[in-house]
Amino acid sequence: MTDQVIPNLKDTDIDGAVEALKDMFPDAVSDDTREGYSGVMVDKSRLVEVARTLRDHFGFDYLSSATAVDYGQPVPDDPIDDPVIDGSMEMVYHAYRTSGGPAMCFKTKTDRDQAEVPSLIGVWRGADFQEREAFDLFGIRFPGHPNLKRILLWDGFQGHPMRKDWKEAYYEDEQKPFGSRWPGGHVHRAEEKNAYGKNVQYPADFDLGKLTDVSEERLYAGMGLGVNVEDLSDNTALKTDRLVVNLGPHHPSTHGVFRMIITLDGETIDELEPVMGYLHRNHEKIGERNTFLHNMPFTDRLDYISSMSNNLGYAMAVEGLLENGKRYSPPTYRAEVIRVLMAELTRITNHLWAIGFLLNDLGAFFTPALYAIAEREKILDFFEATAGSRLMCNYMRFGGVASDVPDRLTSVANLVNDQVRDFNTMDYLTELINESLPSAVDELDEYLTDSEIIRSRTIGVGHMSAQQAIDYSAAGPLLRASGVPYDVRRADPYSIYPELDFEVCTRPGGDIYDRYLIRLDEMRESIRILKQVLPRLERTRGENIFAGSKQHTPRIPIGESYGRVENPKGELGYYVVSAGDKKGTQNPWRYHVRAPSFINLTPLGLMSTGQKVADVVAVLGSIDIVLGETDR
Amino acid sequence: MNGMGTGILKGLRVTLKHFVDTFVDDMKYAGNKYFNQDTFEERQGLSGKGIYTVQYPEEKIAVPERFRFVPFLVVNDYDDPVAPGDDWCTSCGICAKVCPPQCIWIVRGEDPETGRPVPQPEAFYIDIDICMNCGFCAEFCPFDAIKMDHDYELASYDRTGEHIYDKEKLSKEFSYWYSIAPSRVVEEAKDRGGWEHKDVIKEKKKAAKKGGAAYEPDFSVYPGEVRRESGGVALAEGTAAVAEAVEAPAEETVDEDRLERAQMLRQNALERKRARS
Repeated sequence: MTDQVIPNLKDTDIDGAVEALKDMFPDAVSDDTREGYSGVMVDKSRLVEVARTLRDHFGFDYLSSATAVDYGQPVPDDPIDDPVIDGSMEMVYHAYRTSGGPAMCFKTKTDRDQAEVPSLIGVWRGADFQEREAFDLFGIRFPGHPNLKRILLWDGFQGHPMRKDWKEAYYEDEQKPFGSRWPGGHVHRAEEKNAYGKNVQYPADFDLGKLTDVSEERLYAGMGLGVNVEDLSDNTALKTDRLVVNLGPHHPSTHGVFRMIITLDGETIDELEPVMGYLHRNHEKIGERNTFLHNMPFTDRLDYISSMSNNLGYAMAVEGLLENGKRYSPPTYRAEVIRVLMAELTRITNHLWAIGFLLNDLGAFFTPALYAIAEREKILDFFEATAGSRLMCNYMRFGGVASDVPDRLTSVANLVNDQVRDFNTMDYLTELINESLPSAVDELDEYLTDSEIIRSRTIGVGHMSAQQAIDYSAAGPLLRASGVPYDVRRADPYSIYPELDFEVCTRPGGDIYDRYLIRLDEMRESIRILKQVLPRLERTRGENIFAGSKQHTPRIPIGESYGRVENPKGELGYYVVSAGDKKGTQNPWRYHVRAPSFINLTPLGLMSTGQKVADVVAVLGSIDIVLGETDR
Repeated sequence: MNGMGTGILKGLRVTLKHFVDTFVDDMKYAGNKYFNQDTFEERQGLSGKGIYTVQYPEEKIAVPERFRFVPFLVVNDYDDPVAPGDDWCTSCGICAKVCPPQCIWIVRGEDPETGRPVPQPEAFYIDIDICMNCGFCAEFCPFDAIKMDHDYELASYDRTGEHIYDKEKLSKEFSYWYSIAPSRVVEEAKDRGGWEHKDVIKEKKKAAKKGGAAYEPDFSVYPGEVRRESGGVALAEGTAAVAEAVEAPAEETVDEDRLERAQMLRQNALERKRARS
């Protein structure tokens, strides 16, 4: 591209943007013409240039998702006959404008054996963890990435598990359902028939006896083991010791098993590096073995505080694929009403939890958390009576929801000492939404907002500017507390949100205090939405909750789809690819989760640098992470 | 705020309110707050005040009808006059296919001589350590033969043997399902067109048609309940011992026609097999 004057392209629609981009880079950008795919293919040699143009001239300032897809053959001896599976690796990027609108999806292909794609970290800092994840799980190298090392797995891990030819320790078959379960299902436990003897493989030249973890070198150096600490400190300035502190993984404030390697100068943080993956189970590999429907209950286990919204995001992604097929009926209106009801109740449960535990992290041990949890229980009671479970709801289906809201929230005594309850559902919801929840939010507000201790601990701490928040791909309350009015419900509306009246809350401060306040604001907006949902629920009573017929192994048309929802913790996206069988596949070829808890950790180091060590705990609490989603 | 501590005082007023509420609430119940079914709904409802805990295990929150825990297999009531204890499962394998963690193992029943599949599982296992309680098996079973249980107290001392449930351990009579999910049972029965297993209903409908009448079951009351209340069989808890006692005499009254027909089908199949070989 030459230095000619670039017209303002920030207001073009997505098709116009694609055309303009192709005009600018005629030899590097082309349409993705595969059946069911959209977006553009970019030549990898000019990827950075194209990305920078997209950001600066087209206004795509927010990188939502960057992930890889392996189009290699899972079993080379028995190749799948599909031109899409061409033995290449592909990076897929979804960029958005914070002013709203659909995604600019661009992809770049690379050779599978020498997988290498230039890093986009110079364009969007938010690519940091996502590229490391692609390196870790797919083995794609990113020249230009300053810290390219494994992120979810450990250094002694053999291979890159998301590659199609990688088999896990208890490997049984490429895809579920496994043939051994029926009709000749003679039970055995996987451990007893483990092909590898142990459930982990090491690289060939790996000696467990001589295991040293180089990633912890600095940590041990900080402890003075084998290193002269004096050499590490700067003797020209005020004489302070630099110290490397290991916070976590077993630390109550890390909300699970999460580690931060903190380099301290006195009490002040010089550098912070998050270490994660302790809860890693390769959710995405499991997801590729599963059928499309099998994945639904697995999504519950990502962000286990807000399983209903996780379900919704996945259902929407797969519905995006189903739309390409002939026989697809979109969810009925009542189904959409119930989905929004559940999603907004989930937002309230999540924010109650987040605020309660933020206060825990600040030292107000458990009293605020228990007040918040007591209210949350009331919502969970409703989830339990409707979906059958309090946390692992597994409630959404492709084309609707699993079951209608019951007439009565009633229980039946079964075990010894069982005490029963019985409420009319609509009365319960009406009272919950109009009285209980608003008064609970007001009470938290009164209890905490003006407290001098909280204000002095949080105001101005963990600051992140609007520009930084966008650059680091922060999402949800984290982004909005930095003053960016970006909410997927408004920016790229789904379900019945367009007809509902609510505000996208923002707070200008970008500190912990504003992240606390924004959660109060959002709960109030959710209650406002719920008040509008109630009459719709009443009006549609008795209508169908499911369009079409419910199938246990639906065949999903081939193609790709990116479904995203505004989860309580931020933008939750699912990138799903269906490939292989022309008649429609049962199992996803690729199933990727854009986890807000994971990507929101990218700016943790940024927010913590310069703070005191006690504030790190509060900064982490204000991001509101769930390790089930971070580590996947 | 002015930093004078008024914000903290305002907050402490909230804690004080909760503190006082708990005592006021205690007094309201006059020492009768816990272990009391009459007060439970109010305590654990939306208007509950004060402390919110339940004194498990002296009192437990009964779970709603749709609650899902490790599944069980529905079998005919053990005091069923026609076919006591018969499996509802036809070993079609849909539950095993739709199970996300693949914890269901089914050995399809086969006739030992013909090798033809018979609609009954020879063995049925669920590894409850692997089961994720998603409820897909119950949701997609076309015969209402597998249902999600409400008994969540499954802890045991041995994970290797005891946590793989076999058919005997999984089977629970229909009356149990009726007792834990009374309204859903009726809905499902209406969908099937009768109280019995789908296949039995089909036969009954056919027989009724032959007799010139329509098969119209009464959904307002479950026949098994009537049977028990009328004292036909003294079966209080459905224990195995009682079940056995009932099973023995009942076997003699098994529907002669059904047996005959099954014999005939089997003979035909055997002949076909011989003809092939």
